[in-house]
Amino acid sequence: MSASPIPRPPIANPVSTSFTPSRDDTVVVNIGPSHPATHGTVQIIAELDGEKVVRTDVHCGYLHRGFEKECEDHTWHNLIPYVDRLNYCSALINNFAYCDAVEQLMGIEITPRTRFLRTLLAEYSRLADHLTCVAAQLMELGAMTGFLYLVTVRDAMYEHLAALTGARVTYSYGRIGGLAFDVPDGWFTRLRAILTEYEEYIDRVHGLVDRNRIFIDRMRNVGVLSTQEALHWGFTGPILRSTGVPRDLRKDTPYLAYGELDFDVPVGIKGDNYDRYFVRMREMDESVYMIRQCIDLMPDGPINVDDRRCVFPEKELVYTEIESLINHFKLVMEGPVVPAGDIYVAHEGANGELGFYLVSTGEGVPHKVHVRSPSFVHMGGVHRMLDGYQLADIVTTFGSVNMIGGECDR
Amino acid sequence: MYGKRLPIVDAAGSPAAQASGGSTHTKHATFEYLTTRKDELVGWARKFSLFPYPFVTACCAMEFMAVSASAYDTDRFGAALPRFSPRQADLLMVVGTVTQKQAPILLKVYEQMCEPKWVMAFGVCASTGGFYQNYASLPGIDRIIPVDIYVPGCPPRPEMVIDGIMRLQEKIANGRHPIVNERF
Amino acid sequence: MSLPVLDQLQQHFAVASRGIQHGVLVFELDPDALVSTVQQLRDAFGFDLFLDVTAVDWPDAALRFEVVYHLYSTIHKVRVRLKLRVSGKAPVVDTLISLYGSAHYMERECHDMYGIRFRGNPDLRPILLYEGFVGHPLRKDYPKQQEQPLVPYLPPQGALVR
Repeated sequence: MSASPIPRPPIANPVSTSFTPSRDDTVVVNIGPSHPATHGTVQIIAELDGEKVVRTDVHCGYLHRGFEKECEDHTWHNLIPYVDRLNYCSALINNFAYCDAVEQLMGIEITPRTRFLRTLLAEYSRLADHLTCVAAQLMELGAMTGFLYLVTVRDAMYEHLAALTGARVTYSYGRIGGLAFDVPDGWFTRLRAILTEYEEYIDRVHGLVDRNRIFIDRMRNVGVLSTQEALHWGFTGPILRSTGVPRDLRKDTPYLAYGELDFDVPVGIKGDNYDRYFVRMREMDESVYMIRQCIDLMPDGPINVDDRRCVFPEKELVYTEIESLINHFKLVMEGPVVPAGDIYVAHEGANGELGFYLVSTGEGVPHKVHVRSPSFVHMGGVHRMLDGYQLADIVTTFGSVNMIGGECDR
Repeated sequence: MYGKRLPIVDAAGSPAAQASGGSTHTKHATFEYLTTRKDELVGWARKFSLFPYPFVTACCAMEFMAVSASAYDTDRFGAALPRFSPRQADLLMVVGTVTQKQAPILLKVYEQMCEPKWVMAFGVCASTGGFYQNYASLPGIDRIIPVDIYVPGCPPRPEMVIDGIMRLQEKIANGRHPIVNERF
Repeated sequence: MSLPVLDQLQQHFAVASRGIQHGVLVFELDPDALVSTVQQLRDAFGFDLFLDVTAVDWPDAALRFEVVYHLYSTIHKVRVRLKLRVSGKAPVVDTLISLYGSAHYMERECHDMYGIRFRGNPDLRPILLYEGFVGHPLRKDYPKQQEQPLVPYLPPQGALVR
């Protein structure tokens, strides 16, 4: 039980009340930042005409934890755990995008096995991310069964990833020039079993909600976005694809092993909530298809490149050889030497284009790390999907945008 | 074990007289017995009806979802039903990083909760700030509100959260539960 | 990568072009030429997606801030990077909100973090930071751990009662 209350001075409001109603017959309602419908912390100030939303003002930044400042204080290797916590639903995609950016700046070509493993794990992460998004969306609509089904599958995947990386959510598995370690025995067998289990559960979810009257009424023709508007407001990823544009970096500018895989880019028809839901569901199927291809095509060989500038020497050699010891020491204390220059590398994250803009001055510490995070840009345009609909539609639309706080506010 | 050294507060919120105080010496033995049994009874009731308010901000939310879903199921501990109004909740679960910008909101939510209330710092960011030691993040929520139980981990495994809930239950069961004043 | 559009772009903006660096065509522009260049890129070359705006702080340089823009073309599937140098005293560049809606939020963030004013953007309220935050945290001279708490801190609590 708490101790006695302590008198405090009045607390400043972090958001100024500059939002004034545009008409005199409307009401201004504040939603968030701690609200069950806004998964993550975001504040929506809405002007209502009856039940209808006239105008919204979206505030984010409640999870701004100083990622970019923190990056300038750590070596290139030490950033990997921070990068994980950007989009925590699919931490591995962040990891691999960041490592890819540093590797391209250093001019390193990763080994074929790492290329395929990264592709597989990125798709696996995308699967987990979309599962989380759809589960949260269903829960917000009251479809608790769908939520429990999807979280059950996701939990199996988390445990399975923990067997590989040692953590359930934030893995820190990517390394500059490779991966932390190779796949343990029997991992792929279990992976196939989980994919089968996933298909069984996703069938049930399709059966529960796809043609459900309530679900369709809440989702169809709500939060409609045209292609032009989506591009104007910077939407990427599933939201842009739901408007009918097959823009997918995995297809357009293939990176990792995507050029060698066979997959489709699902698109929607008119960019409403239902389309966004369905694009995500279809993308998960494509991800499963790609994971199966990756398992079949998985080459043998080393996972780390043989480059002493960034890859840590074998632990055994560190204890026995002075060169390896010095190498290890230099990598830990000074960080890998990344040539001076700047680079922008984008991967197709689960929410859209996840870009890393790195500036190096040739030292072991980055001069600047900037993340082009899809969620932040989406927050800038989300009012286009909220204005003109009902107050209750904010919940569904916001769920279908899948705003991730860590990525949005960094 | 837990809670024996906790300060006892009266209705006004000021620390009550300790056992060495004058009035308790003269208490009747039967009354002492009744008071102890009352604490046990109220503690037993309270520890199995924790209504959490999830103050969900960051990565730990993923594990919070896992904890409350079917595989780990906090319903077994009476702490499953999240109340999204602070006035109906008695366990504030601060899940994830709290930043300087978020701090006033957390404090407001805490102040809106009715007594008795407990606070769980879920994850290392809520406990100490974790590896975000910079201008933006709060170095642990115990700098602004009192915390009863800390669950470390980045994010903590669901088993750790369940362990945290069980330890909090133990703390509640062993604590004093003054209902009217410091004597009863 | 030698797509025809990149060659065209290099010829068209021959003065500003710095060649292709790591797969991205780089232009270094004069701050005054920003809006007209972006307008041409958008209308004539199909750069319809405004990806990003950020700044890089070079504390020792004469023109301290380098404002960096990234644009993407969904038709040609290429990116360009635009770089401008502005002074550290009163960094001002023109806004792009008339061309791209997504510039609203990103310019607000850049203003928050580096204090660069975007001339013509009416809404430069703090977005990641809060009202009353003094300074710009991503400038190199802002100490990393300098907090500006909104809520006064309690004295440190005792260890877990056990």
